Amino acid sequence: MEPLDGNAIGGLLIDVFGAEMTGVSGTCGYCGNTGPVAELVVYRQAPGTVARCRACGNIVMVFVEVRGTTCVDLMGMASLGQPGAA
Amino acid sequence: MSPISRGFHRRRAPEGEAGRLPPGQYLTEGFPVLSAGPTPHTPLANWTFSITRSGASKGSWSWQEFQALPAEDVTADIHCVTRWSKFDTGWRGVSVDTLLDRVEHDGRYVMAFCDGGYTTNLPLDDVTGGKAWVAFDYDGQALAPEHGGPARLLVPHLYFWKSAKWVRGLDLRDTDQPGFWETYGYHMYGDPWREQRYAGD
Amino acid sequence: MAGTALRGRLTWQVATVAALTRETASVCTIVLEPPDWAGHRAGQHLDVRLTAEDGYRAERSYSIASAPGERLAITVERLDDGEVSPYLTEDLQVGDELELRGPIGGYFVWEPGDDSPLTLLAGGSGVVPLRSILRYRLRTGSAVPARLLYSARALPDVIYRDELGQHHDGVQVSYTLTRSQPPGWTGHTGRINADLLANVAWPAEANPVAYVCGPTSFVETAAAGLVGLGYPPERVKTERFGGTGGP
Repeated sequence: MEPLDGNAIGGLLIDVFGAEMTGVSGTCGYCGNTGPVAELVVYRQAPGTVARCRACGNIVMVFVEVRGTTCVDLMGMASLGQPGAA
Repeated sequence: MSPISRGFHRRRAPEGEAGRLPPGQYLTEGFPVLSAGPTPHTPLANWTFSITRSGASKGSWSWQEFQALPAEDVTADIHCVTRWSKFDTGWRGVSVDTLLDRVEHDGRYVMAFCDGGYTTNLPLDDVTGGKAWVAFDYDGQALAPEHGGPARLLVPHLYFWKSAKWVRGLDLRDTDQPGFWETYGYHMYGDPWREQRYAGD
Repeated sequence: MAGTALRGRLTWQVATVAALTRETASVCTIVLEPPDWAGHRAGQHLDVRLTAEDGYRAERSYSIASAPGERLAITVERLDDGEVSPYLTEDLQVGDELELRGPIGGYFVWEPGDDSPLTLLAGGSGVVPLRSILRYRLRTGSAVPARLLYSARALPDVIYRDELGQHHDGVQVSYTLTRSQPPGWTGHTGRINADLLANVAWPAEANPVAYVCGPTSFVETAAAGLVGLGYPPERVKTERFGGTGGP
């Protein structure tokens, strides 16, 4: 199963952030690479959804749905831009 | 309230035998590949399996040494937390008892560690006494990389996220610390018969 | 255009299936009538959710095939081992209800205000959002020149063939057939590569913007190929469908 990209979690990101996020710029906390959320490498078939930096492969976002609530971990991101600012 | 999608159903699967399917699970005929990252491809020449104690090495086997250990055929039902189950899966591997018997060890818990960085925690009791293997064959063939090859942990009595793919060793510990999915809210133990999917279940 | 307004969070709504069109043996276009649709941008997608009688749910994303302003439509390819796509392409009937939410996506979108030449690279069903872009371009009377390179396994697998054949207004459509070609085929063959891209895509000096969509492996190769031609990476927009290797 090949990984997808951040476009595939567009709906999930709207659920979590309340805004369109795929065009938003994020910076990887491991390697400093900056790019649109749409270009993250996304694995969706695990017990949770994992987004990795396309440059270094480290995990930057994890989403796990626990009993109907989506838990988000963004500790791998050094920064995430404002929705609407690409 | 979602409308029922007329005529929609999950992929058809054979009827499960009553009592053999844990609560909330359904039987699958395939073998879904679930992953949180790219498939590692460690060359066998570089592969080792280690038992460590809080990080310090207690014993280690190269692939050749590992293949020389007594191995067993195992048939087991497996249950994924994403709700699919598969009956009578066939594996071949080295029992974790066989590995632990060869090293001085103590501790009450283990953390399995893997290529790609995945980890998962288990009580020592749950990987001993004939309950766990380091499996290198599936269904009569070498375990495919997307299914965890060259070797994965096999602990069928717990949810399959505990059967860590691409396993490279077990770290013995005194306390139970959360591994990768456990850190994100999955259950520390993961008994499918008590439906322990998430922390607090 | 400020972008489609969001009502804070996307909400699921129940749309009625208004029409079904078979595009190829395994591909179907579904026209939908949602009760509360705020419109969409070319390139966006929507999420579809199916619920079985036992409560089992499955959710998938599908690119919107229609242009903004047209009746909402998605085009779905049946995957052999799929769970949702066989239902949508074979069991769904006009009058059925389909739960959806959208539109989603703010990155893989095109607006006519951008006058950069368009390089569109489609792998299999990756052509769907690109078709929305081309239809919108036509609808708005945009003069932006566009080149579409569409990679498919064989001619019968090409979606929207007649419609794509009708473009004469500054849109060049090329095909590469990767597995089999009809007798007398004069188009390209084989998987996309650097030579084919050098031949077909806008040169980097034209300052084009590219939209690349299809299975992950196709997108990786195609996008890398464009960067190899000198396209700045930020001018190559990608959308990966994930899949079994594709065309």
